Amino acid sequence: MRITVCIKQVPDTNEVKIDSVTGTLIRDGVPSIMNPDDKAGLEAALELRDKYGAEVSVITMGLPQAEEVLREALAMGADKAYLLTDRKLGGADTIATSTALAAAISKIGFDLIITGRQAIDGDTAQVGPQIAEKLNIPNISYAQEIEFDGNDTIRVKRMYEDRYHIINAKLPCLITALGDMNTPRYMTPGGIKSAYETEITVWGRNDIDVDDMQIGLVGSPTKVAKSFPKALKGAGQKTTLDGEEAADYIISALKEKLIIR
Amino acid sequence: MRTDNIYNFKGVFVFAEQVDGKISEISFELLGKAKELAEKLRTDVTAMLLGYKVENLASELARYGADRVITVDDKKLESYMTEPYADAITKIIKRFNPEVVLYGATTIGRDLAPRVSARVFTGLTADCTKLDVDTENHQVLMTRPAFGGNLMATIMCPEYRPQMATVRPGVMQKAEPNDAHKAEVIKFDAELKNNSNYVEIADIIKKEAKRRDIGEANILVSGGRGVGSAENFAMLRELADILGGEVSASRACVDAGWVEKDLQVGQTGKTVRPTLYIAVGISGAIQHLAGMEESGTIIAINKDESAPIFEVADYGIVGDLNTIIPELIKKLRS
Repeated sequence: MRITVCIKQVPDTNEVKIDSVTGTLIRDGVPSIMNPDDKAGLEAALELRDKYGAEVSVITMGLPQAEEVLREALAMGADKAYLLTDRKLGGADTIATSTALAAAISKIGFDLIITGRQAIDGDTAQVGPQIAEKLNIPNISYAQEIEFDGNDTIRVKRMYEDRYHIINAKLPCLITALGDMNTPRYMTPGGIKSAYETEITVWGRNDIDVDDMQIGLVGSPTKVAKSFPKALKGAGQKTTLDGEEAADYIISALKEKLIIR
Repeated sequence: MRTDNIYNFKGVFVFAEQVDGKISEISFELLGKAKELAEKLRTDVTAMLLGYKVENLASELARYGADRVITVDDKKLESYMTEPYADAITKIIKRFNPEVVLYGATTIGRDLAPRVSARVFTGLTADCTKLDVDTENHQVLMTRPAFGGNLMATIMCPEYRPQMATVRPGVMQKAEPNDAHKAEVIKFDAELKNNSNYVEIADIIKKEAKRRDIGEANILVSGGRGVGSAENFAMLRELADILGGEVSASRACVDAGWVEKDLQVGQTGKTVRPTLYIAVGISGAIQHLAGMEESGTIIAINKDESAPIFEVADYGIVGDLNTIIPELIKKLRS
């Protein structure tokens, strides 16, 4: 079985702060990490390989420094790594991103594609299903568990708000992984060593079969009109109180707002 | 699809999500917003209702603002599955050429909408918290949080139609239901045929019925790291019960294993807009604020007077929750 896992290098958004003077994002010194849902997807792929045998490839599209997450994936145990990087692919929205990734994944070859449910910088959850559409294969989003029958069928526990669907899908298909579906393994010292010995395949626009009108900024239907820091609603009253006094204060507030009589 | 004449596309369409023959709350919220957009775009509102034996639900969609309901009734649509839903929606879009299509940012909408956007080849903006219209240029302005809620971005889809967005549940206002409002009902045959993108739903496992969903509670007593332990949440539960509300929590409490993920408010949890939100021991990380700042009245209790939660609180109390909450419970009981 050939499994391709899509991973993304993202800023650790828990570390992103707002400059209180200028109101802009402070990105300096914010560490880059492998997107958590993607890491869970990679772990799921490695577990399938450990059990049934498979070749696990990882692919990322991004700036040249995205190589770092590919090295991390190799150190965790991925077999092959592909970096798709080209100025012409830059500025892409989710549709243009999935067009480029789908073309690259076709070239690699696949039976199963795993992506994270969503990336913590964009939070869209769109690229996975869009890749599946471009490749004309089924997608199963929000995977909580993935099993394989050892032959040609994948069984996925798919999460909804109030229920799960147990879904059987024939390969090839695409699955998007929930970050809490497993605990990703650590890199091993041997893995780190071999990660630096493994050659990463670097592809540009000319290495994939795509239409220039469907990639990058040009091929993106959506445009960012503006971005701005989140405005907070103004603060109300703030007082320092304890115990009984505080309780009285809260009760009077609840009465004022007609929540209690 | 790319278009040279955006005026060839008309109408605001809403995907009316239903599960087990019950229309999801988000569908009414979308209709409320769609009505407002349609007025600005000088057009009307159409609900797309997909399912099996669901045609009787059309009148309910009309009450909440749909001028027209397009139904696709097919056994293949009984339980949500990506392919037949995407197929039916795509065919409706190609037949009726809407200018706007809205979906709920639910586990269904966030699977369906991207699949449709790739099939139609148009833009899709995820998880919007605000939608408006640039009337001069006849464009929808779709605003959404990014970078974990630190940044807001306004997105447009100038040259492709339809303009599509998924919308966060709990953010938009439903319209007041109007029994007199009727909709034209169109039965649409989507000619659904099994293909290689169909999967098999082998089983459906419902999650245990728990308390009321925090997204639907009018009053939330919400705990943060400062609550200190799973046991201390019992105190918050007691307060919530007295007030007729529910308990929710910040991400820290979920990560610590004190409460279940279902109770999490915030960017990676749920967006809530209760009448009253009591934040207990919550510092107010931006990701948390993103999920609750639209609440009617916010009361915050925190030891740290510089906690960001006070920036959004109507009533901020700098003090020790361990003395305040028991005292409050005692006084409310008497």
